[in-house]
Amino acid sequence: MSTLKTLNGNQTIAEAVRQIDPDVVAAYPITPSTAIVETIAKFRADGLISGEFVCPESEHSAMSVCIGAASAGGRVMTATASQGLALMWEMLYIAAGLRLPIVAAIANRSLSAPINIHGDHSDTMGARDSGWIQIYSEGCQEAYDNFIQAFRIAEHLDVRTPVLVGLDGFIISHSLEVIQVEDDAKVKKFVGEYKPVYPLFDTDRKMTVGPIDFTDYYFEHKRSQIEGIENAPPVIEAVGKEFGKTFGREYGFFEEYRMDDAETCIVVMSSAAGTCKDAIDELRSEGKKIGLLKPRVFRPFPHQKIAEALKKTKAVAVLDRSSSPGAFGAPLFTEIRSALYDYQERPPIVNYVYGLGGRDIMVEHFKDVAQKLEKIAETGKVEEWLGYINLRE
Amino acid sequence: MSKETWKELTIGTINLDAGNSVKNLTGTWRSGKKPEFIEENCIQCFFCWLYCPHFAILVKDGEVKGINYDYCTGCGICSVECPSKEKSIVMVKEEIELAGGSKK
Repeated sequence: MSTLKTLNGNQTIAEAVRQIDPDVVAAYPITPSTAIVETIAKFRADGLISGEFVCPESEHSAMSVCIGAASAGGRVMTATASQGLALMWEMLYIAAGLRLPIVAAIANRSLSAPINIHGDHSDTMGARDSGWIQIYSEGCQEAYDNFIQAFRIAEHLDVRTPVLVGLDGFIISHSLEVIQVEDDAKVKKFVGEYKPVYPLFDTDRKMTVGPIDFTDYYFEHKRSQIEGIENAPPVIEAVGKEFGKTFGREYGFFEEYRMDDAETCIVVMSSAAGTCKDAIDELRSEGKKIGLLKPRVFRPFPHQKIAEALKKTKAVAVLDRSSSPGAFGAPLFTEIRSALYDYQERPPIVNYVYGLGGRDIMVEHFKDVAQKLEKIAETGKVEEWLGYINLRE
Repeated sequence: MSKETWKELTIGTINLDAGNSVKNLTGTWRSGKKPEFIEENCIQCFFCWLYCPHFAILVKDGEVKGINYDYCTGCGICSVECPSKEKSIVMVKEEIELAGGSKK
């Protein structure tokens, strides 16, 4: 039976893990994702899950265990954040290159230095070229829903690519929300039985996993890997629709909020999108034609769909919760600006970096952005393409 | 040997063709020198066979008979290790064809 429960983001992930009961969970605790790992360990101790729980000596080892277990033929997941994800870095590429459908929950957190435990997207954005599919969540319900869908997307035979689900550290991971926890059997049925491809436990089949590839094969294998993530969009779409049919909450590549007649648009991901919606409601009541576009899937980047949604607006502000030092804009901005390049008619676009190290972003900050957007829409000119929100200057 | 296109490869770098390293003719790595076996000097000590990193010493009926040039990389270890009074393996110049057909 579907029930309403008051859970924080970490607990919602653990709850989904309990329902899916993967063959192996290998994870090392790190703030703010610790409670995911802790709760799974408790579930294992209490006999609520039957899969193996492995807590190795580091995140690098945790991802290594995931790779080994997934190669053996198991359904595998992990959870981490920040430095933990950074320590996994070389293994992330191996998981993707070996086409192992591992699912990871990431409680998004800033990267050192300076050391900080609070939420931003520096960790997963740093892994954006690792070959993993990336899905971001606005709140606890979305984190739960995305995490369940992640298995279906990762394990699809056309995709076979690891998926990470981001939930903002503390803002989602530690905040309570009343969420709909779906029926155990219904979730199990939705995720379905896991069918491994070329498992090492199939001892009748002789094979090598991950042999050395020199100049003669490496390029072909990499091209083949790219195909997996390129095949993901129709799968993500179908799984999002089926999830909607089954549980009543449908998902796409992004959410458009009051975009129908919007002249200006704010693009922002994850928890800040919730605050932005409040700002947009207030601005709408003042007669401002403004909307929000909240990307959900960052890899593969739905460039065409996002460009189509934005091309008719008069000004766009892309808000990034990470920076890309020395680059022409932060990650989300560069993607969207590039996506619009093909369009003859395209809006002027501006980038704002916000919330690094968990710095708050409030309704009034979004209103400031809206005001600046209004000016850009009027003049058609971007005076400063990069700004910082709620920073002492 | 014609190689697969990216579309023909098995998913995830998996290689189902067990033992396919025999297809990797490491002899193509030789670049100007090759070992030559002089049977009358050979004392059948098997040092060359033991030291060869590519199992390229030909053995028949329990006796060293020569070099398998499909796999010999021309590293010269066999010749250095050969303990017979007069070397039974010596490195000689080998003409190799360069890309484009010129010879070196």
